[in-house]
Amino acid sequence: MKEEIIIAGFGGQGVLSMGKILAYSGLMDDKEVTWMPSYGPEQRGGTANVTVILSDEKISSPVLDSYDIVVALNQQSLDKFSPKVKKGGILIYDTNGIHNPPTREDIKIYPIDAMDATMEIGNPKAYNMVVMGALLEAMPYKLPMENVVKGLKKSLPERHHQLIPLNEKAIEKGKKILKEA
Amino acid sequence: MKGNEAVAHAAIRYGCDGYFGYPITPQSEVLETLEALMPWETTGMVVLQAESEVAAINMVYGGAASGKAVMTSSSSPGISLKQEGISYIAGAMLPALILNVMRGGPGLGTIQPSQADYFQATKGGGHGDYHLIVLAPSSVQEMVDFVGLGFDLSFKYRTPAMILADGIVGQMMEKVVLPEQRPRRTDEEVKKQCPWAANGRTDGRKRNVVTSLELESARMEVINHKLQSIYREIKKNETRWEEKNIENSDYLIVAFGSVARICEKARELAAEKGINTGILRPITLWPFPTEAVNKAAEGKKGILVVELNAGQMIEDVRLAVHDNLPVEHFGRLGGIIPSPSEIVDALEQKLVKTK
Repeated sequence: MKEEIIIAGFGGQGVLSMGKILAYSGLMDDKEVTWMPSYGPEQRGGTANVTVILSDEKISSPVLDSYDIVVALNQQSLDKFSPKVKKGGILIYDTNGIHNPPTREDIKIYPIDAMDATMEIGNPKAYNMVVMGALLEAMPYKLPMENVVKGLKKSLPERHHQLIPLNEKAIEKGKKILKEA
Repeated sequence: MKGNEAVAHAAIRYGCDGYFGYPITPQSEVLETLEALMPWETTGMVVLQAESEVAAINMVYGGAASGKAVMTSSSSPGISLKQEGISYIAGAMLPALILNVMRGGPGLGTIQPSQADYFQATKGGGHGDYHLIVLAPSSVQEMVDFVGLGFDLSFKYRTPAMILADGIVGQMMEKVVLPEQRPRRTDEEVKKQCPWAANGRTDGRKRNVVTSLELESARMEVINHKLQSIYREIKKNETRWEEKNIENSDYLIVAFGSVARICEKARELAAEKGINTGILRPITLWPFPTEAVNKAAEGKKGILVVELNAGQMIEDVRLAVHDNLPVEHFGRLGGIIPSPSEIVDALEQKLVKTK
């Protein structure tokens, strides 16, 4: 098993922390993991992306030029990374603000409305966990939910642990919208 | 955890006595993590944010002179500021650990990953005839391991050691196994291990003077010869490298740090195209694995040296193989990380000549 994933969007959308939770969840499921951010001086508003690799075996390069799964959360990221999905791979994108949808026919494409789904939950901060739910549902490697919860616990500071049920709810919501996508 | 965070944990676990730093991206997490872990309440380790890089390295100089296991960390521009102190520490024959998480230069440059301080780290950096033991980690685990190794070697040879990392290893998160807590040495143990240390005169021994100043040229030459003999010992005993697939390959890639891992992926991609490559990763950049490179190059059609700079380690590779075969360089500059396929392209264009 090896999943090479990139999550890309605006800074402030929770891209890096989603990658971190995914990496920790993989770690809790006894996988080898790497988490490599494109770090920059920007915080909110700029572009941000993170490469996460989950594998049964030791991981070589933390930097890649093609991916099993691309999660794109804005047009810029979609344009940049949709050509980099491996043949037969998976592309998940948030339809909000997308005026130029992807056209590739050799990959599986899942358009989701994660923003709407987040609003239904009632806390906009849960956005990245809705997206993470969609990713977990689409990913061929099935990460057990109990290890995802362990991953959440590990990556969130203790003072935020009361938010874990909300995050779980958001992940379940994300899984649901992907099934419908 | 992140490479930088791992260094902080490792420093405490290896019984470090003091860390003196000044924040700079991409390594500020070292200081931040140490402050969060508050080791002064557990092991008694001192953690101090100095007023500048120059102050931090001189605090290291002072701590090292008293036989303590002390360290500092910074990134390229900050390491340049520390060079005077590093030269003094080397000249005074003191152990110390310095971490450089390199960013793109020259000048203030960028905050993205780079390996452009290879020359500075391996060929001097500060003034005078000295060397640092330079360790290049390629994973978060090695960031941890080299803190222990760096301290051990620097005490063994009374020579400062540098961990020369790049922004990738500093910022990347991976699985790590931390060492068991090693207790900090007691004052008695320090006195026994470091009879040269200026840590309070005890009855029956002469006073210890720690200095890099010696105005008498004849005596200064003796000190220099002593240093050179230590460096010869280090070369003989401590050269480290890692090899992959050397025997079954036509081409050799030489790369250090995280770039060596990108090259591993490139090696897989090249193999799919029928190009067989082996990889030699120097782990100690000084001493450089000269003989190992020479041996690995035997029977090869060419060498590609891949670095995040304009061509620095390539000089040591060329010296190692006496230019007996084509040695080409591929590098991205200013903070850009090459992708595995870019490296394969370079291999094809520069050596295989299929493009």
